Amino acid sequence: MTTLPDKTDRKLGLVIDLDTCVGCHACVISCKGWNTENYGAPLSDQDPYGADPTGTFLNRVHSYEVQPDQGAAQLIHFPKSCLHCEDAPCVTVCPTGASYKRTEDGIVLVNETDCIGCGLCAWACPYGAREMDLAEGVMKKCTLCVDRIYNENLPEEDREPACVRTCPAGARHFGDLGDPDSDVSQLVAERGGMDLMPEQGTKPVNKYLPPRPKDQMNTAPTQDGTATPPMLKPIAQEAKGFIGWLDKALEKL
Amino acid sequence: MHPAPSVIIFTTLSGLGFGLLVWLGLGLTAVTGWVAFVFFAIAYALAVGGLLASTFHLGHPERALKAFTQWRSSWLSREAWASVAALTVMAVYGTGLVFFGAEWTVLGWLGAVLCLLTVYSTAMIYGQLKTVPRWKTPLTPALLLAISLAGGALLAGQITAALILLPIAAVLQVVWWVRGDTALRESGTDMQSATGLGHIGQVRAFEPPHTGTNYLLKEFVHVVGRKHSVKLRTITLVLGYGLPVLLLLLPVGHMIAALAILVHLAGIAASRWLFFAEAEHVVGLYYGKR
Repeated sequence: MTTLPDKTDRKLGLVIDLDTCVGCHACVISCKGWNTENYGAPLSDQDPYGADPTGTFLNRVHSYEVQPDQGAAQLIHFPKSCLHCEDAPCVTVCPTGASYKRTEDGIVLVNETDCIGCGLCAWACPYGAREMDLAEGVMKKCTLCVDRIYNENLPEEDREPACVRTCPAGARHFGDLGDPDSDVSQLVAERGGMDLMPEQGTKPVNKYLPPRPKDQMNTAPTQDGTATPPMLKPIAQEAKGFIGWLDKALEKL
Repeated sequence: MHPAPSVIIFTTLSGLGFGLLVWLGLGLTAVTGWVAFVFFAIAYALAVGGLLASTFHLGHPERALKAFTQWRSSWLSREAWASVAALTVMAVYGTGLVFFGAEWTVLGWLGAVLCLLTVYSTAMIYGQLKTVPRWKTPLTPALLLAISLAGGALLAGQITAALILLPIAAVLQVVWWVRGDTALRESGTDMQSATGLGHIGQVRAFEPPHTGTNYLLKEFVHVVGRKHSVKLRTITLVLGYGLPVLLLLLPVGHMIAALAILVHLAGIAASRWLFFAEAEHVVGLYYGKR
């Protein structure tokens, strides 16, 4: 059913820390690996070893340069996958009922046996979270690793999305954003987590933590107007002991 | 947006076919017997041919029947229903005209309304998309309905109606272009809101996710077709609207009418190419493109 549920019992999603992400693309690779070998059609590549390789990815890492009015530019790595929106426009446009949002946890999924591959859901998504698999002719998207998070065959620590499990920097967090007391909700509240393209009205569940302000040590203007802060004053004016003797001996030379 | 030939052919031809069916349904082009058969054959060839072309871009055309299930939320599903209903009702109405010489007026009017609903649903598939600010306006269904009705009038030999509707469609076309040219800027979606990094400073795409291209860039960030925008807009206005009006003002024979229809079709195809090629999808912003 492509009408959206009025409310979902939980809002499972990701919190992505733009301050911590180092842009290593490990999440991209683990996502592609897990989702090629498990639920649904594999994520195909076209011309993978040729001159013009392309492929289906459910998670991609962009890098942006942000130039403040004053001071040095910042480089920010920006992982992007499905945001499992509360008002998911990709779901309502689907003509076949292949796209749906789950009532129990809010995950947006595609039933691949119903998908006709019209591509309209990808048109409706502002985030580029849906990609048509050119080998299978069906729409692929992040499943929030629905086949890991409830999978009792996996050790408990592995029951989270592959991207979260693999992130070496701890920049990705998984949890219930509908519960204000959950770790992820606390993190969002503490760090001012934000929505991407809020004006599109999609109400994304996934949140992004903005980069923390950069250290201003070498850029803050000092009292004399120079950019470099003054040297620290020596605390010990008179040297004592061996250093004192050395100082005096060298003076006499 | 990528201007897929299948979708351009579909919207151009089926729009014209359903437009012709509207005029036939209204009974203004009073035809019966063989003449009616020819008119209906042309209308069905255009409408059904267009619908078939649209299935070429599907990944799984064999599952197309499933598209009838989600009419509660999906304009694409509503379009499927409206088109089948329109074609069925008009087939019954056409049978009456062709084989019995009977004009079942109520059925014709119902068919005409269903044809207009079909064109409206097609237009709303595009007009509903917030992600493409150029399309997200009531002007989109207005323009596509005007083009369909004007083209239909041309084909149905409704010269007075065509002479009124073609200029109306041309004006809507220009208004739609002018509004569209600033639509992305006016939408409030830009790289700062896309990344949420605007509070720090100016955002610039430094590195794309992969060195190669991908589905998103091919489907949504198509810039080649926009290069000749001004030329194509001129071609649209001259061929699609101007020349047909001039030709209709001449003493009309079958040859001139056919010529008017052909140039109109060429002009509308150019307009439809631009409809896609010039449309900027907001996902391009993540790649620093539009």
